[in-house]
Amino acid sequence: MSAILAENLSKFYPVAIKEPGLKGTLQHFFRRTYRNIKAVQGISFQIEPGEVVGFLGANGAGKTTTLKMLTGLIHPSEGNVNVAGHIPFQRKSAFLRKITLVMGQKQQLIWDLPALDSLRINAAVYGISDRDFQQQIDELTEMLSLEGKLSQPVRKLSLGERMKAELLAALVHQPQVLFLDEPTLGLDVNAQVSVRDFLREYNQRYQATVLLTSHYMADITALCQRVLVIHQGQLIYDGSLDGLVDRFAPCREIEVELAIPYSRDHLSTYGDLEAIDGRIAKFLVPQETLTRTVAKILLDLDVVDLAVTEPPIEEVIGRVLQSGAVV
Amino acid sequence: MTKSNPCKNAFRIATTLLSVYYAYMLEYRAELLLWVLSGSLPIILMGIWIQASQTGQFTLTPVEFGRYFLAVFLVRQFTVVWVIWEFEREIVEGKLSFRLLQPLNPIWHHFASHFAERFARLPFAFILVAFFFWLYPQAFWIPDLGQLILAMIVIVLAFALRFLIQYTFSMAAFWTERASSLEQFGFLFYLFLSGIIAPLEVFPPVVREVALWTPYPYLIYFPANLLVGLPVDVGRGLLVMLAWSVGLFVLYRWLWRKGLRQYSGMGA
Repeated sequence: MSAILAENLSKFYPVAIKEPGLKGTLQHFFRRTYRNIKAVQGISFQIEPGEVVGFLGANGAGKTTTLKMLTGLIHPSEGNVNVAGHIPFQRKSAFLRKITLVMGQKQQLIWDLPALDSLRINAAVYGISDRDFQQQIDELTEMLSLEGKLSQPVRKLSLGERMKAELLAALVHQPQVLFLDEPTLGLDVNAQVSVRDFLREYNQRYQATVLLTSHYMADITALCQRVLVIHQGQLIYDGSLDGLVDRFAPCREIEVELAIPYSRDHLSTYGDLEAIDGRIAKFLVPQETLTRTVAKILLDLDVVDLAVTEPPIEEVIGRVLQSGAVV
Repeated sequence: MTKSNPCKNAFRIATTLLSVYYAYMLEYRAELLLWVLSGSLPIILMGIWIQASQTGQFTLTPVEFGRYFLAVFLVRQFTVVWVIWEFEREIVEGKLSFRLLQPLNPIWHHFASHFAERFARLPFAFILVAFFFWLYPQAFWIPDLGQLILAMIVIVLAFALRFLIQYTFSMAAFWTERASSLEQFGFLFYLFLSGIIAPLEVFPPVVREVALWTPYPYLIYFPANLLVGLPVDVGRGLLVMLAWSVGLFVLYRWLWRKGLRQYSGMGA
């Protein structure tokens, strides 16, 4: 059975529309008009237990709305959803014990008290025995390098420590399905790396299913083999990360160091000349002609060094999210 | 993961919530004193009514007025509720989402934080009472034990009823996002009918009779009278409180279920 199953999932919101100016304000006061916003439109996918899947999309694409439907926070307008064998919006206790949601921009820990106090509440609410709780805290504290931090007031923790403590609070009941919405938002590079390492280790240790949204591509490339791409509420890609690059960036970059300088016109005959800097030239070449082009360059030109690279993943994703192109 | 029996688990949740929220409230020591002082309107009104009662036009003597308003002050300290503002903020900021993700109805977090706060403000309230008796020693009285126990039970019920009224109002936040305006409107009735401004004895008989069918007099006037030892219909009072509590609870559950369908998790 799939850990997460979404079938034709949609969510529509009525949003009040107000024209600017005094006239618009008065109209808005006496006769309010609404427009139906289609936040998510008929998306379908399934995720198997233990999978780590990246959920990509520009701001407002419908990622968070989808996560809210999957966690049962909001009711879908249409479609079916099943998570860990439950219908989320029924919010059955057995379901809530199996899932967690981490929101990078929100916190559940009580600000003025040590994180341990909030964790004690979670332990009681989830019915975790004192012994299991202590064991779980020790284990997660070590995995997150949070030793000595849980007894400090949350407000005194650094942003990175706070995010780790939030993760700990979200995972203390050992959920099977993790929904992570921007878990590394605003963290410095080191903190991002340690959160990523932790999530990878947690997934391996507990075989947890993870659906992760992040604007940091490093999170996605480090953790996810598979990605879902959503654009204007519609799912435009579901497949491997490599497949996404192949599909949306069917070109490769050839960087050549030449022994002698050649003219721009001459070099242009080998492909789309991206840049030329003295004896260094960069070409953009379609994947299907890559081998032929490389062979021709090596045969015709006096080459010192040659390298073939894929365009950066950020660039590819950026292009996809901007255009919403489905190839 | 070990699971204990439901009763034991409920007890553990209750004690943990109370101890954590008590610790949370103690973080606001200075604010607590100000909150206690902000509830001293009855003390101000006491001065006015003692003065007015010197004329002998009212059924209560100046000392009874003094005791009544002191009891009103105390009852208010035990029954003050602000859940509508908290709930509204949780909805508007999307913080309710975290609560909804846990297998515990969010009402218990709010109830526990209010209940724990009573213990935190208690010392300040008693200091003020001692100060009052020092200033006005002729008003000093010691209620008999039975009367005190009954008054304490009714104060707890009054707190629960006040909490339930405001929590039911706060369900409007699912639709309006400014549910607190309902409370501000309702506060007018609370102010006049609960006995904060004046004991119900000074109201015209018709108004008093109508008021006694609303929940408001049972939030202040009824427990305050019990505490002071003034005559009240205990049986009717408890029945009206119970009826309103049941009615409001049913309404709250209905609105809660409807509201959850409406919830959009704004800002989250």
